[in-house]
Amino acid sequence: MGALMSAADHPEHSDLTDRTGFSLEQIGVLRKRFKQLSHNEETLRREHFNEIPDLACNPIRAQIIEAFFDTRNFHQNGERTVQGTVQEISFKDFLVVMSHFRPPSLHMTEEQREHVRREKLRFLFNMHDTDNDGTITLEEYRHVVEELLSRSGALEKETAKCIADAAMLEVASISMGHMEPDEFYEGITFEHFFKLLKGFDIEAKMNIRFLNMATTLCK
Amino acid sequence: MLSRSRPGKGVLEQALLLLVVVVLLQGSVLPLGAVSSPDISHQDRKDEHAVAIHSHNITKKPFPVLSVDYQNIQTPFEIALWVLLASLMKLGFHLIPRLSSIVPESCLLIVVGLLVGGFIRLAGEQVPPVLDSRLFFLCLLPPIILDAGYFLPIRPFMENVGTILMFAVVGTLWNAFFIGGLLYAVCQIQPSELNQLELLHCLLFGSIISAVDPVAVLAVFEEIHINELLHILVFGESLLNDAVTVVLYHLFEEFSGAGEVTVLDGFLGIISFLVVALGGVLVGAIYGILAAFTSRFTSHTRVIEPLFVFLYSYMAYLSSEMFHLSGIMALISCGAVMRPYVEANISHKSHTTIKYFLKMWSSVSETLIFIFLGVATVDGPHAWNWTFVTVTVILCLVARVIGVVGLTFVINKFRIVKLTTKDQFIVAYGGLRGAIAFSLCFLLKKEHFPKRELFLTAIITVIFFTVFVQGMTIKPLVELLAVKKKQEAKRSINEEIHTQFLDHLLTGIEDICGHYGHHHWKDKLNRFNKKYVKKCLIAGERSKEPQLIAFYHKMEMKQAIELVESGGGSKLPSANPSTISMQNIQPKKSAAAKPAERALPQLSKGREEEIRKILRGNLQRTRQRLRSYNRHTLVADPYEDGLNNLLLKKQKVIELEKKIKQMNTYLTVPAAPPDSPTMCRARLASGRDTDFKPAQQQKEDIMCPDPQAYSVKSTSDDLPTIQVDLASPQSPDSVHLLDEFKKGEQKRQKEEEDQGLVMKAPTGVGDSDGSRDQQKLQRCLSDPGPKAEEEEEEDEPFLP
Repeated sequence: MGALMSAADHPEHSDLTDRTGFSLEQIGVLRKRFKQLSHNEETLRREHFNEIPDLACNPIRAQIIEAFFDTRNFHQNGERTVQGTVQEISFKDFLVVMSHFRPPSLHMTEEQREHVRREKLRFLFNMHDTDNDGTITLEEYRHVVEELLSRSGALEKETAKCIADAAMLEVASISMGHMEPDEFYEGITFEHFFKLLKGFDIEAKMNIRFLNMATTLCK
Repeated sequence: MLSRSRPGKGVLEQALLLLVVVVLLQGSVLPLGAVSSPDISHQDRKDEHAVAIHSHNITKKPFPVLSVDYQNIQTPFEIALWVLLASLMKLGFHLIPRLSSIVPESCLLIVVGLLVGGFIRLAGEQVPPVLDSRLFFLCLLPPIILDAGYFLPIRPFMENVGTILMFAVVGTLWNAFFIGGLLYAVCQIQPSELNQLELLHCLLFGSIISAVDPVAVLAVFEEIHINELLHILVFGESLLNDAVTVVLYHLFEEFSGAGEVTVLDGFLGIISFLVVALGGVLVGAIYGILAAFTSRFTSHTRVIEPLFVFLYSYMAYLSSEMFHLSGIMALISCGAVMRPYVEANISHKSHTTIKYFLKMWSSVSETLIFIFLGVATVDGPHAWNWTFVTVTVILCLVARVIGVVGLTFVINKFRIVKLTTKDQFIVAYGGLRGAIAFSLCFLLKKEHFPKRELFLTAIITVIFFTVFVQGMTIKPLVELLAVKKKQEAKRSINEEIHTQFLDHLLTGIEDICGHYGHHHWKDKLNRFNKKYVKKCLIAGERSKEPQLIAFYHKMEMKQAIELVESGGGSKLPSANPSTISMQNIQPKKSAAAKPAERALPQLSKGREEEIRKILRGNLQRTRQRLRSYNRHTLVADPYEDGLNNLLLKKQKVIELEKKIKQMNTYLTVPAAPPDSPTMCRARLASGRDTDFKPAQQQKEDIMCPDPQAYSVKSTSDDLPTIQVDLASPQSPDSVHLLDEFKKGEQKRQKEEEDQGLVMKAPTGVGDSDGSRDQQKLQRCLSDPGPKAEEEEEEDEPFLP
């Protein structure tokens, strides 16, 4: 994989290593893939993603692709300094988005683990919160559930709605505990989301093996 | 295992019970001691009979009014007595609270076995050879393994299958050769009769003793509640190493006759291992698919559904034992394969039956095994040799530790979530040996293995050591090391949603990377499963049900049942009580501040009429669509039990409340009286003329104090909006189960009385409503039973 990297890439790549935590090898492989997807252009656009055949049968395809173009994911801590979506992304952005799926290293302090968990949950939160207002409203959550069930054939929307309602109720119960009958639960904030999925062990689950990427099967 | 913890009784009662138990023990000793095999008893009877006839011809004896004929019923009596003893023991232990928390059950049971064996010996009788290998392998072991396999958590198992296989295969091989080899070396050094021990015999012994025992692991790990990962690692290892044990055992047994092993034999051994392991899995899978297929057609004979599960599994076990394949792996794969399909097909009651029968049998089996171990210890021919035994024990421990540490080092290179030192310690410490090792040794023939008694003694010592010492100390050690415990939280709908979401997300990312990782293959398998397999094996509409929906329904039903069991909701059924209800999270269409003001647009009368017509038309179509998406397999008989009646009443209540809420947020109600709950209910009750007309009519005099309520009736036609929603069979009743009962009990009781009338209504109401109501109600039970009428007939004889 070392042969892939030209001399000009080296400084950029070492900078990227620091930023994203990937090793030089992994960056090389990802760069190759980036080039392949973008047909050797410098930037990726949505239609490039749409060309991936395997992705076509994924029910949440649209959201995954959107996540790549969501500027909130381009910063390490998910800060929303620049909001909105872009039309095309560079390799650096691609890499930063991918770094959310890096497995945590073996020896981490509790703090670091917490930080990693936050990052990953932030990524998920951003995927759900499509209008960038910092909360996942009932409508957005319903949309999530509908998308999940969208490939399952003919299904009334009511079911998705009921499930989303039940889920939302659960979140509200866990986060707020007690509410008057006429109070209104605005939506799931990030803190609530974090609390909700605390036991979910996300840092162990939301990982891709970037180790043996040499098995890239080129399409 | 169903371990019931009784509240502490008085000391007097405890003493009394112990006395009873002791008396029973004594009572059981005598018949157990009077051993005579069935054949002999039969022979006796024939002789007696002949004698009787003879004597009859000679003299006429007075007719025996009361006679004792023990031989007739001896064997079943003894068996029943043993099982009774085992169950009473289990009962007794939990009455002594301190004891059961310090000492694991398995230890206590072995002690009881020792005592029983001791009594029998003291009584002068010969101890029966209870731990007969055939009995053990054919009767006692399968229920435990089936229970483990059927309820195996597939997801964590599959995620860690590489690690588990490494430990099971490589670890066991390492243990076997290490122990066998070093024992041989030690025996050669020792100038005693141990010199005669051949290498192959040592290796055989090593292979018998190296396998971690699933029974012992289950018994001990059940009580310490460690986290899922460690549990599945140790437990999975204990299950999968059976294949290795079987192969090694047969290999060395064969060759110890021949006396030498060639390279070819070694090679054949490896092939044999693959055949045994994969063959076992294949046999199990075939039977599993057969069971799943059979369960597709059992909608008319619900009562024998559990029987199919048990029979097919047992056949899988026996078939694989016939070919000397791994029976344990067959059972595991059978249970794991058939479970998702069978559970989708069978009724809820059958599911409960299967669960409890399996738990019961495996519990009794386990108890019996440990007791028999104790008895066999007293009985078994022993040949004690200090060197051999102590070296064995030490070597077992050392081999295990080295094996685990070494393997983890290799495994961690491939794992995403690495195993820490603490994990390794628990895995190493949890390598308990048990009755399987003993039984395998018991099977050895004395002629071929002169040192058989020595082996037996050593094995028993190791078993005692691991079960007593390791079993007792593992709990305090787990506390000391602060190992992560099992999360007791229920699986919530949010976690399920996110599990699915994450699956798809990770698959998508893998596709974007162009990397065919295991998410990709898992996704492919799921799609294949959904497309082809489910269609064949699952009956009716449920074959198309996505997993999220299935989970949701299961959760609904669980909550409904919990609610009923908790006595009607005075206690909160959920773990986190909160006062949040649906209306707190509904999108704010109406301003909460001013209840009188409805923020919904006011439509002109003409427009309203149009809308009403359209909605009515759609409603018809919705209803038809619903009936075609009918969940025949989910329809249950609401008239089965009084319990069900109660549940249904509550469901009705909940539905009504829900309708009110929906109405509050969705509807345009021109005449807007203040939103008091009573008013809402009254309004709704009077407005529901299609569904609840009879109820409403009955309710008129009961519930509608406000004449204003009637005025709403005229605009009830635009209520069909609700009906579209509510007609959905998947009404989230559970959601409302939680919150509805947090409101005052008073309201609910009032409603209950009212709604009590409604229950009878569906039978009288027109067909569409009746069936729809029934569907709704029955859907709430989520019981995939047959149509109401049919189940009614067949269930009658079984109702208490």
